[in-house]
Amino acid sequence: MEAKANPKHILGLYGEKLAGNYLQALGYEIIEKNWRCRLGEIDLIVRDKNRYVFVEVKTRNGAGYGHPLEAITETKLRRLRVLVGEWCRARQVSGVDVRIDAVGVLVDQGRVQLEHLKQVF
Amino acid sequence: MKLAKTHSISLFGLSGTVIEVEADISSNLPGFVLVGLPDASLNESTARVRAATVNSGLSLPQRKITVNLSPASVPKHGSSFDLAIALSALRAAGLVGGEGITETVFIGELALDGRIKPFRGVLPMVLAAKSSGFSKVVVPLENLTEAELIEGIEVSGYDHLTQVASYFGANCPVVKPIKRVRLESLQECSTKCFSEVLGQNSAIDALTVAAAGGHHLLMVGPPGAGKTMLAERLPGILPKLKHEQVVENLAIQSLAKADPGKASNLVPFMAPHQTASLASMVGGGSGSPRPGIISLANNGILFLDEAPEFQTPVLDSLRQPLESGTITISRASGQAIFPARFQLVLAANPCPCGFSVGSGKACMCTGGQRAKYFSRISGPLSDRIDLRLELNQVNAKQISSGEPGPISEDLAARVAVARAIAEKRLVGTPWVKNSQVPGTYLRKQLRLPTQVSRPLDAALDKAVITMRGYDRILRLAWTVADLSGNTQPTADDLALAMYYRGSA
Repeated sequence: MEAKANPKHILGLYGEKLAGNYLQALGYEIIEKNWRCRLGEIDLIVRDKNRYVFVEVKTRNGAGYGHPLEAITETKLRRLRVLVGEWCRARQVSGVDVRIDAVGVLVDQGRVQLEHLKQVF
Repeated sequence: MKLAKTHSISLFGLSGTVIEVEADISSNLPGFVLVGLPDASLNESTARVRAATVNSGLSLPQRKITVNLSPASVPKHGSSFDLAIALSALRAAGLVGGEGITETVFIGELALDGRIKPFRGVLPMVLAAKSSGFSKVVVPLENLTEAELIEGIEVSGYDHLTQVASYFGANCPVVKPIKRVRLESLQECSTKCFSEVLGQNSAIDALTVAAAGGHHLLMVGPPGAGKTMLAERLPGILPKLKHEQVVENLAIQSLAKADPGKASNLVPFMAPHQTASLASMVGGGSGSPRPGIISLANNGILFLDEAPEFQTPVLDSLRQPLESGTITISRASGQAIFPARFQLVLAANPCPCGFSVGSGKACMCTGGQRAKYFSRISGPLSDRIDLRLELNQVNAKQISSGEPGPISEDLAARVAVARAIAEKRLVGTPWVKNSQVPGTYLRKQLRLPTQVSRPLDAALDKAVITMRGYDRILRLAWTVADLSGNTQPTADDLALAMYYRGSA
């Protein structure tokens, strides 16, 4: 795919990999990465004991365009909530606790700064 | 610390309410929410505070910041809360220390680079903070001079957010204050002197009486007789303002414009043009009402040149302030009361063409036109005018004789003496000037001997004057007596008073 070649996408994948490693180190079990449907994509789906956690990862190179977490807008969250339902339907998961988390990855001149916010509804 | 509190002031008219500004930082996606009945311009404060803190080297955390303004029931508007919101958020983020921050009132609008900008109404805000029991207030540096006039509260002025933050222990580079412009010291002398007025010495005598007793005045005369010249020189012979009057007037000016200029003990002189609108005269405007010209003329002179040319509603709007010394502006959001104790000076031509004086031969107006012209000044308004002065054209003889008018300083000294006498006589009453004394007091406590008041009683009996006119002549008579050094009006003083009052 052509889109995979652009540097922005590579940065995004890098950030998602870092976020995945970080969550694993915290003891989360990774269920799925980059799940897509016609409505969009969920970056990371992990499980924290009995709770499914849907993670939006945002990666930025330098803070010139603002902090990565600032880029997660209300619209994006609203779409993510719809996607959570879609995923549960697709995977036939029901009656479980869910949570939406956000992870901001800031790559600045080789230094990586990672911030994890739980339950951002 | 995730929670912090500071204080600010919400102003409506001249009265202020203390507002608690609470900030909370929660672990959520970055955002800045303002709650507690802010209006649109106040909601924009979040953007200013965000930018100002970042550009001051004080980065607020990338978390959700909620700021609450309470009591929520008080409507809040404008940009004066910026500084309190910024400090509250910085404290919640742990970027500044908490020493005394909750006990301080912060007033100031922030620019995006962190500068603190001056704005309208700082003086009444500081007054409100003081009367609510606060001992410390932070204001924009440019408003410091006006705020310092208030005694009994510690006022400090800054012109950059970094200066305030570092005062409270923040670790950031401090932007140096721009050198404070020291406002000019009080101007001591009015430049215009009565000695420049030629050939109107009897009019100047009448104006001295008006100044000494605080009597409202109407001058009627042909164009070029010197009505405006005379009126402009009246503030120069009035006593200088006392400290509390200076503060009161500056509070009004502070609301009317961002830069109230210098604190002056000179008597204000407002001369609006005859096209002045009702709102500009009495005050108004959307949101928090602003004071109008009559409030800016508080403790001073309101001069209406060509008075009959003013719109009738504008002239009639003066009646309530003339009676009560205040103007109440009612809006859906509340009532604002501004002081409006002014001495009214009206000037008018005798008729539309202006030449109906003396023999009246030069006048081209019809009788109807003349009658209509003066009927613009309504009965209730002209009733409140004690002194009516008819001016005549200056003739060549008066100019060539070159006799200058009296010097304003000498007149001011006479006025001061007369005022002191009146004040001493009125000790224990709520009044200080003769013009304020009600008729009943004049007729009972200050009753004149019958042989003195006989001509006046006769005029009343013949219905030449009304009862109200009777009282006004008595008031004038006391002022004339105070000026001439008599302990009580003599028959001559009373005669002069009757002459000044004119007919009716």
